[in-house]
Amino acid sequence: MCLAVPGKITQIKELDIAEVEVNGVKMEIGLHLIGGAKAGDYVLVHAGYAISIVDEESAKETQEFLKEIEELEASLKLAFSDETHR
Amino acid sequence: MKHIDEYRRPDSIKGLVAKINEISTKPATIMEVCGTHTVSISKNGLRQLLPRTISLISGPGCPVCVTGGSDIDTAIAYAQQKDVILATFGDMMKVPGSYQSLGDAKASGADVQVVYSTLDALDLAVKNPDKKVIFYGVGFETTAPTVALSILEAKRRGLKNYFVYSVHKVVPPAVAALISLGELKLDGFLCPGHVSAIIGSRPYEFIARDHGIPCVIAGFEPADILMAIYLIVKQVEESSPKVEIAYGRGVKEEGSQRALEVMDKVFETAPGDWRGIGVIDGTALAIRGEYGDFDITKVMSVEVPEAREIKGCECGEILRGVKLPFECKLFGKACTPRNPVGPCMVSSEGSCAAYYRYEGMGILNDG
Repeated sequence: MCLAVPGKITQIKELDIAEVEVNGVKMEIGLHLIGGAKAGDYVLVHAGYAISIVDEESAKETQEFLKEIEELEASLKLAFSDETHR
Repeated sequence: MKHIDEYRRPDSIKGLVAKINEISTKPATIMEVCGTHTVSISKNGLRQLLPRTISLISGPGCPVCVTGGSDIDTAIAYAQQKDVILATFGDMMKVPGSYQSLGDAKASGADVQVVYSTLDALDLAVKNPDKKVIFYGVGFETTAPTVALSILEAKRRGLKNYFVYSVHKVVPPAVAALISLGELKLDGFLCPGHVSAIIGSRPYEFIARDHGIPCVIAGFEPADILMAIYLIVKQVEESSPKVEIAYGRGVKEEGSQRALEVMDKVFETAPGDWRGIGVIDGTALAIRGEYGDFDITKVMSVEVPEAREIKGCECGEILRGVKLPFECKLFGKACTPRNPVGPCMVSSEGSCAAYYRYEGMGILNDG
């Protein structure tokens, strides 16, 4: 029930109402629960309202962490396949 | 889709599983408190990817499932009154009360309408001035602010026919109650991402500090959950329990000030009835006296039949994490998603439904 999906704000329509695009579908949502959202921001949408603005900086950090882990995994796999070929 | 697809890459998942395998030596039982996590864990087969040292169990985190039978009976009684439209989120329609569900009541003539948002419920009130529109407010801190807003909006617009039946609940004190029951030895909590988007990370601090149990707030994609499990395992191995956020793109330490203010303006805490746990002080959100005109329990009284337990149903034990869905005698036999007996099988986020669909039973029975 606490499902929320990331949507991109395409337009601020009036005070506290915005149009967002979620997976290609456009809908109107309320911005009453968050402050300072602008067009282009991603927000988490729950039951017709944005409940938070996606923090791009933090998302980037997480992605960097995951990329590091992927590279580590790839190098381990390579080392392993080298050994099995020997 | 941006902010989703990046957390589903198979290579990230393999890498995280390898990291968890590398550091995990102590047995650890981790409870996911949120039903949306339960579904993601089952659907993505995460349980099977983890080393044998780690067990994941589901907790009382599906609002539909933990709503007490008598609360459902009361909602049905309201729906059966003359000139009433009961508006509800779709999740609640099939949940069994003591004698019937809202869906059954609708089939027998009650006006029950499914809405996606409280904005739709307000519209219903505007379009049906001769009817009383009652919104059935179910959900945790994620949903409660949107319901509080609808009351403020109804007041602003001077709507006289919009009411709320609030059975909203809050998560942290329920976790405390679960710990103090002492039925389980828990080594970590996977804390709910979207409840925490509202309340932040501080309300969990007592769990790490007073009970020595690691808490990590997680997002909902497979890499999000594994990242949080990795952080919990690391805390377990280092014996350094604390609260961490592994979902920084959605959750801030302080939560959402605006949402908390709206919630606090309209609601006050009251004793809440949790299916399987019982009544816990301070876990329900009741409408403050100041907004009593919108509180259906203050405006209209109904006769509610005496509540009764569902025979043979072990949802209570399952919601406390004491039993796994497979351990209920009804699971997969008398109780399936097609013919559910208990709420954990009805709700798509209930752990029985998730286990049935994704962890074997459904494949056996549905071909």
